[in-house]
Parts: sequence; structure tokens; C-alpha cells
Amino acid sequence: MINYISRRLLYAAVILLLVSMAVYAIFQFLPFDPAALTCGKNCRPNLIAANRVRLGFDKPLWEQYWLFLSGIFVGRDYGVGSAAFTCPAPSLGYSFRQNACVTDLIQQALPVTLSLAIGALILWLIVGIGLGILAARFKDSPIDTGSTIFVLIGTSLPTFVTGLLLLIYLTLKNNIIPLNFDAYVSVFDNPSKFFMYFLLPWITLAFAFSAIYTRYTRSAVIETSGEDYIRTAWAKGLKSNVVLRKHTLRAALAPLTTLAGLDFAGLLGGAILTETIFNLPGLGRMSLKAVNDFDLPVVLATTLLAATIVVVMNLIVDLLYAVLDPRVRVG
Amino acid sequence: MTRLLDINDLHVTFPTEDGNVKAVDGLSLTLDAGETVAIVGESGSGKTVTSLSVLGLHNKKRTRLTGEILVHSERGVVDVVSCDDEELRKLRGSAVAMIFQDPMSSLHPYYSIGNQLSEAYRVVTKASKKDALKRCVEMLDLVGIPEPQKRVKEYPHQFSGGMRQRVMIAMAIINNPRILIADEPTTALDVTVQAQILSLLKELQREFNMGILLITHDLGVVAEVADRVNVMYAGKVVERGTVDDIYYRPLAPYTMGLLSSIPSVYGKGTGRLSAIPGQPPSLISLPEGCSFASRCSFASQVVGASCATDAPQLIEDEPGHSARCHLALADRRTAGAKFAAKGGTA
Amino acid sequence: MTPIVKVENLTKHFPIKKNALARRKAGNVKAVDGISFEIAPGETLGMVGESGCGKTTAGRTIIKLYEPTGGKIYFEGEDITEISPSAMRSYRSKMQIIFQDPFASLNPRHTIGRIIAAPFEIQNITPEGGVKRAVQTLMERVGLNPEHYNRFPHEFSGGQRQRIGIARSIALKPKFIVADEPVSALDVSIQAQIINLLDDLQTEFGMSFLFIAHDLSVVQHISDRVAVMYLGKIMEIAPTTDLYAAPHHPYTKALLSAVPVPDPQTERTRERILLHGDLPSPMNPPTGCVFNTRCWKAQDRCRIDEPELLQIGASSVACHFPE
Ligand SMILES: Nc1ncnc2c1ncn2[C@@H]1O[C@H](COP(=O)(O)OP(=O)(O)OP(=O)(O)O)[C@@H](O)[C@H]1O
Ligand SMILES: Nc1ncnc2c1ncn2[C@@H]1O[C@H](COP(=O)(O)OP(=O)(O)OP(=O)(O)O)[C@@H](O)[C@H]1O
Ligand code: SF4
Ligand code: SF4
Ligand SMILES: [Mg+2]
Ligand SMILES: [Mg+2]
Repeated sequence: MINYISRRLLYAAVILLLVSMAVYAIFQFLPFDPAALTCGKNCRPNLIAANRVRLGFDKPLWEQYWLFLSGIFVGRDYGVGSAAFTCPAPSLGYSFRQNACVTDLIQQALPVTLSLAIGALILWLIVGIGLGILAARFKDSPIDTGSTIFVLIGTSLPTFVTGLLLLIYLTLKNNIIPLNFDAYVSVFDNPSKFFMYFLLPWITLAFAFSAIYTRYTRSAVIETSGEDYIRTAWAKGLKSNVVLRKHTLRAALAPLTTLAGLDFAGLLGGAILTETIFNLPGLGRMSLKAVNDFDLPVVLATTLLAATIVVVMNLIVDLLYAVLDPRVRVG
Repeated sequence: MTRLLDINDLHVTFPTEDGNVKAVDGLSLTLDAGETVAIVGESGSGKTVTSLSVLGLHNKKRTRLTGEILVHSERGVVDVVSCDDEELRKLRGSAVAMIFQDPMSSLHPYYSIGNQLSEAYRVVTKASKKDALKRCVEMLDLVGIPEPQKRVKEYPHQFSGGMRQRVMIAMAIINNPRILIADEPTTALDVTVQAQILSLLKELQREFNMGILLITHDLGVVAEVADRVNVMYAGKVVERGTVDDIYYRPLAPYTMGLLSSIPSVYGKGTGRLSAIPGQPPSLISLPEGCSFASRCSFASQVVGASCATDAPQLIEDEPGHSARCHLALADRRTAGAKFAAKGGTA
Repeated sequence: MTPIVKVENLTKHFPIKKNALARRKAGNVKAVDGISFEIAPGETLGMVGESGCGKTTAGRTIIKLYEPTGGKIYFEGEDITEISPSAMRSYRSKMQIIFQDPFASLNPRHTIGRIIAAPFEIQNITPEGGVKRAVQTLMERVGLNPEHYNRFPHEFSGGQRQRIGIARSIALKPKFIVADEPVSALDVSIQAQIINLLDDLQTEFGMSFLFIAHDLSVVQHISDRVAVMYLGKIMEIAPTTDLYAAPHHPYTKALLSAVPVPDPQTERTRERILLHGDLPSPMNPPTGCVFNTRCWKAQDRCRIDEPELLQIGASSVACHFPE
């Protein structure tokens, strides 16, 4: 097992390295002069030239890449003399648009996205799995029909429609959940405010996912119920809730860890639509803005971050699966 | 003798989109302590459906069940067809246990052998975890698994097919049930392993005086372990009797056909096998008369009834030996003698 | 007479990965490990053995559906071990295979007419009177209604599907057919129909069979000679009557004694040899005689020396202490 983990970690590192190279290369081949993008309308040639040197765009490509990479581990210095400044490790570059170290920007955005993703994940797991189990258990009953309708709506409504509908009906028309123009607060500072702040975004995000998870859970539970080993469990004289909880769900839901892990990883990269609708200062909105502004260092960093999250999540999911399924664990 | 099981006029029907599947059509049988009663028949003849209904393991919503299945347990007689879920649950594992055809898929892949075995024990006895584990090790030892102390912690995929079937047997008899239902317990196994498992079952039966309801399509296995035999065809018992009745004095044309189509190691020579032509009827639209009529070479010799339109009844032709056929008994005796197993030719 | 098929010291090893986590090569499954035999024209060689002993692998390697790892294969005296897949095509019409599972081996989306006609298509042969005529003749020959030409496999029962597979394999009148458990999935009454059909076809066309089965009674019924395999090796190969009447190898003896006989009196009286334990893993078979872990006659020598196939009467037996 240790052997396996270390090998997987090595693979992950190699993959991330390759991804970073690829992303870096792509941005170099875009038809923009990165130095010219640093100053907008009032750019004069000498300013561009100065910025070029300040941000290191004058150096050969491989050296720029090397500086970027080493910056992650040891931090990075920009400019010379009185204009010199440092982005401490882990440095992911410097945004000339926002005049800030990218790492600092991410540090502000990440908690928002994390709160959004974790809350939504919990919500959709509870709703999706719960409803799926109920639907499977009471197959062909009104509950099942209801869940089918829910699945249909959930999978066909795009997130932004759900979000807007929720905003309009729950907040603007009926004022059930008051509109929130406040800034983000951490759950540790003010839990109730935190929950009000995220409630609608959570519901919006979780809606579509719960529908998918309901459908998956329902069919997995029904399929597993027909397995021979479930028949064995009944034949032992177990109570029906033991057969369901211990035998059926364990086997039916184990594959769900993979799905949930990857969906979660995808969200951490930034739930762009949801963040935009609800004006949440998370990673998704940050990337979107950066793309619009040609803020290349930020785009580069968020892309890389998203890739890292996916790779790491994959690893976690595989390990989790090995814990759940002895056939994978014991060779 | 102690009666353990009475099945009376059992009908099992599955309503489907194409029509009602009459999987079991008026089956009756009995099982006493210490004896092995076999149900043999081709694929789809209703053997598994019968065995599952004894434990009430069919999907209640999708099955129509009528008749009586009387289980004589220590707490009295329970009718599986009409009792409630809780009563049924209490029968399972304690009074009636079951082993299945496919040992590969019948154990839960995620739990250790010890976990699955002790669960079966504790649900009936409420023993402590420690006592249960001790009992598991004993049981594994009893069914011939080497190093039971160690293996009890392992998972099903670490066991071979034969060993998994041993585990299934250990799980079935862990609560000393009076009735053991074995649905094709050796079909998925190799002959050498089959021989081990069958001899294990016989040994355990002697020791615990269980009644075994053995379901199989293998006439060799039946000859080896059964005391009495029910031959099924298209959901009905077509012949019933002691093993010797069935093999040496068959009275139903289908049994005769079955006996003559098996090639035997202690061969009846290597001539042509006498195959039964055609195939079994669809259970959705069973023929009006005898289900076997379209394949039966005796149908034309019947006088006084029509095989195509009159359904024959199961009639006790000799004490303890019944058959379902219109043909005159004398004619069937003559025909049966021709097809019978030769007896001790080895 | 030149044998139709001759194999010398044939081996087929499959490299295997240890488990899903460790993606490295962990060893070889020695599925077939040095087998030699011949099949004469018109002869049926039966091949028996427990699950996983390498019967299917042997059958498929002989007709080169698998590339052999070592050894030689001769077809009508010509060495076909090394020839390229394209050169193999001309041999394909002379050698065919019938598969075990009549449900999985037929493409569910093709009509049975098309399935049976496939060999003509692959070999680019137009039979006399056209493909459809030829196919319908074949269908009639194997006992299918020729009017069912346009039906799909799911409309047929197991026995009928096996007939379809047989019709396909005899379409080009091959000289050699590997029948891999052709009746194992069928009920006895249907099984007898198929065995009789194969018997008749052999009489009619004079082809040779490698008949693979785990059911010893079926093999006895249909074979001229029988090879008994264990862990990728041949333990005993002998004319059918000799093998069943006087088995020389302890494994053959145990195998025969394990088969339940459909005769209650015989069952009550006969002695049975019960083998202990399970089949060892073909990944690391025992040293010396591969059967030594389960053999009741095993001596020290058996754990060191591998016995060779030696002639005893008409039989060849791989055992240091034959019966
Ligand atoms: N749940 C079900 N719904 C519809 N038909 C069913 C159902 N279960 C079984 N059947 C049908 O009932 C018939 C009897 O099935 P059963 O499994 O008892 O056969 P069997 O004698 O055990 O055969 P085998 O030897 O193949 O196991 C079959 O035709 C089968 O298709
Ligand atoms: N493609 C493959 N890759 C790896 N191992 C294989 C492969 N095919 C077969 N084997 C292994 O080779 C051994 C022999 O298999 P084979 O299918 O030839 O056995 P068999 O005698 O036909 O068994 P059965 O009676 O179950 O059909 C088995 O251990 C099997 O797991
Ligand atoms: S009743 Fe008629 S068709 Fe049925 S088994 Fe007897 S003779 Fe044959
Ligand atoms: S060589 Fe030895 S171990 Fe092998 S079969 Fe003969 S006696 Fe048994
Ligand atoms: Mg069955
Ligand atoms: Mg095979």
C-alpha cells in the first residue's frame, strides 16, 4: 500500500509538471505581447519595455518557465532597485492588472469557492442519495414517480436558470431568503450570516447534482438488490434494514465515491456560473474576469490549480476506493 | 420419522408483459428428517422458483403464490405462503437454510468471511461477537477449510470456488437448521471438487439429521445422494418415487427420455444417444393437454384420452411411486424397462 | 498417413499483472505448458480436465487464434507455427472452432442467415447456387428450419443457437474443428441432440475433431482417443476404451471416480477416490509432477523430477508410479 501511494504521488507530480508546461506553452503562443497587456490604454513603448524587464518577459521562454516553477517553491522577486518587490513562496506569478501577487488573489478567492463546493456537496449527497434510496426502495410508488420528475427537471434545467428562478421567487418576490449584498464572511466568524450568504448558491448548485445522484443511486440500489449476495443476506434471516444498510448500500454506493470526488474537484476549479449569478468572489469568477481582462498570470495559475485539484482528488478517490473494496486492497 | 416440510399444491406465477409465466404449477412434496429429496428437471422447469419460495425469497410484489408451504419448526408449523414477514424472517437461517448455485457471487465481496459467517450466527443466537467468531472458526474447520483461524479474516475473492461453496455450507448450517435447501450446489464446480462437496453434505446430514431438498439437473448427482426424487417438467412434477423407482422402473415417458439421453461413463456402449426431439414449451402458453405431448413418442399409443387436449394427473401407480401420463401402466412398465439404468454394471 | 494436426511441445503463457494497484508484470500464467499429440484424419481427440487447466487455451492456440509461446504446430504436415496472419487465412477455411457459449458467440444484430454465411464472405467464396441456397442447405443439415433464415439469434433456444454455430463452422467443409465445450451449456436432452448431430456430420464429411469438455461421459461417448490435462500439461493420453477401462495415471483415476454415475446401485457400492485440496495456481505450479500436491501416491521423487509421457500399452502416461 505504501509502495502504491508513493508511486501514485510520483505519477501525480509528473502529470502536474506536464500540465504546467502545456499550459505555459499555450499562453506563450497566444498572439499577445504580455508586456503590452500590462498597462492598457496609456501604454508608451518605454513603459512596455520597462514592464517587460520588470516581469521577466525579456528572458528566453525556458528561463521564464523555470522562474515560474521555482517561484512556487522559493518565491519570486520582480523588478530591480526601488521598484523591486517579492511574491513569497508559493508564488504563482504577479498580476500586472491587479497589481498583486497571484497567490494572494487565490488566497482570497479559495475559501469562498471551498465553502460553496463543500456545502453544495453535502447538500446534494444527502438529497441525491436519500431520494435515490427511497425511490429504489419504493419502486413504482408515488415516491419513485416524484423522484423521476425531480431527476428530469434537475438534469434538464441549466444552473443559471435554476439560480435565477430561485433568486426571483425566494428573494425578490417573496423575500423568504433576504437578498445579501454583504461581503463574504467566514463560517468561523459568523455562522448564521455565512449560511444565509451561501444558502441560495448551495441550493442552485446542488439541484442539478442531486438529480444526477438520485438517478445513479436509484439504479445502483435496484441493481445491487438483485445480486446473489443480497439474496444470501435475506436467506440468513436478516432484518430488511440491515440488508439495505449493511449489504446493499455498501456495494451500491462505493462507486459513488469516485463520482463525488471528481465532481467535487471540478467545482473547486470554480463554479463559474453560480459564482457569477450570486456575485460570489470565488475562483470561478476570478478566472472569468482574468480571461476577460487578459490577465494571463491569473489564468495560468487558476488553470494549474484546477488541474492540481483534479489530480489530487483522483488520488484520494482511488485510495478511498481501495479502503472500501477489499478486492482492490488485497491483491 | 419427523416431518419437516409439506408443500401442497404450490402455484407460482409471474405476471409479465408477455403474459403470465406459470413457473410452478401445482407442486406437492414432503421432506422428512435425515432424508434427501431431489428435484430434477431441465433448465426453466421451475426448480429454483420452488426452492426460493420455501424461504419466501421471491419478490412478493411481482409473484403470485398460492397453495401451502408448511415448515415444521421448533416453534410449530408455519405456512410460508400466508405468514407475515417477521415470522418468515425468523424461519430463515434457523429452521430453513439455503445454499445457492454460484458460490462466486453468493458471498458479499466487501465483507470478510468471518464477518459474514458471524452475522448469520448472531442474527439467530444473539451471541457475542467473540463467541460468534469462535463458532465461525469451528464451522470452517468442520467444512474442511484448512487454517480456519487465519482464513476467517480473509475476503471471498481470496477463496477458490470450492472453498467458497464450503463457506456457504458453513454459513447455512451454522444455526443447525432442520431443513437445508441446496440449489445446484455443485453445478459451478469441477467434478473432483463436486465429489468433495457432496461427500461433505452427506456427512453433515448424518451428523445433524437434516432434511435436504436438493435441486439439480444432474442425474448422476441425484443417483449419488438422493433418497427420493421428483422429476419436474414445465412447472409440474411428472414423476415421483424413490431413486430406484426412478432409475430402474421409470413410469413417465419424460423420465425415460431423460435417462436415455445421458451418456454414461460406465457406458451403455457408444451407439447413438436417444435424444428427446424438440424443446420444452413456453411457460406463458402451456399446451392444453400434456406439456410433453409435442416431444413424446408414446403420445400416439394412448387410448381413451388425448395427450394433446387432456392434461394427465399425477397418479400413484405403485405405492410411493407416481407418474403423470395417460398411457396404460402396463405399456409404461414395458417401455420403462427398456430405458432403465442397467444397475451395477460398473 | 499424415496427421491432420500435430503439435509438439506446445506452450502458451499469458503475462499477468498482479492486481489493479500494482501495474507491473507479476509473472506468467502457464496456461498450456508443453503438450504434444497428433490427430489423424477423421479422428476425434477428446480433451478433458478441470476448469482452468488450459483446454480452451490449447484449442485456440492450435488453430492460432492465440500466438503460441513455444513449440510447433503442423497442419497436414506443414509447419504453421510461424506463418503470418495473412498466410493463415488460407488455412482458416480448413480449420474451424465451435464455441462454448451459444448465447455470447453469435452477434445479436445479425440474422442467422448472415451469421452462417460469414465464412463464405471472409474467404470470398461464392458457393454453387449462391450463398443463400448454401446457407439454407446447411441450416437444414443441422436441423434448423431454413425458413428462419432472416431471424435473429435471440429468437432461438440454446440448443438451436448451438446448431447455428455448428452450421457456421461446417460451412466451408473444414478438415479440422476445435469444438470447445459445445454442449456444456445445454440441457441433457438437448445435449444428446447436438452430440448426435456432430457424430453424423463427422461420418458424412470425415473431419477431425478436437473435442474439449469437462464432462467425462460426453467425451467418452464421442472420442476415439482422450487426452487428460492438468495445469497445462497432458497427464495421460490413450484410446478411449483403454482410458476409461484402465486408467494408468492417478489423476485420471481420481477424475473418473469423481464423476457421479446416473445409476443408484453403482453409486451405493463403488469406492470413490476423494482428492484433497484445490487446483494449484497455474502461475506457480508445483515443481516436479504438477499433480503431486493432490496425489495420494506422491513420493519424494514426484516433488523433484517431472515425469515424462511414457508409453504403457496403448496409453501414454506422465507418472513415476503409474497404476
Ligand atoms: N422473476 C421472474 N419473472 C418472470 N419469470 C421468471 C422469474 N423467475 C423465474 N422465471 C421463469 O420461471 C421459469 C422457471 O425458472 P427456474 O429458475 O425455477 O428454472 P430452473 O428449473 O431452476 O432452471 P435452471 O436449471 O436453468 O436453473 C423459467 O422459465 C424462468 O424464466
Ligand atoms: N487471455 C488470458 N490472459 C491471462 N490468463 C489467461 C487468459 N486466458 C486464459 N488464461 C488463464 O489460463 C488458464 C487456462 O485457461 P483456459 O481458459 O484455457 O482453461 P480451460 O481449461 O478452458 O477452463 P474452463 O474449463 O474453465 O473453460 C487459466 O488459469 C486462465 O485464468
Ligand atoms: S400423457 Fe401422453 S404425451 Fe404426456 S407423457 Fe404420457 S403419453 Fe406422453
Ligand atoms: S508422478 Fe508422483 S505425484 Fe505425479 S501422478 Fe505420479 S505418483 Fe502422483
Ligand atoms: Mg435454477
Ligand atoms: Mg474453457
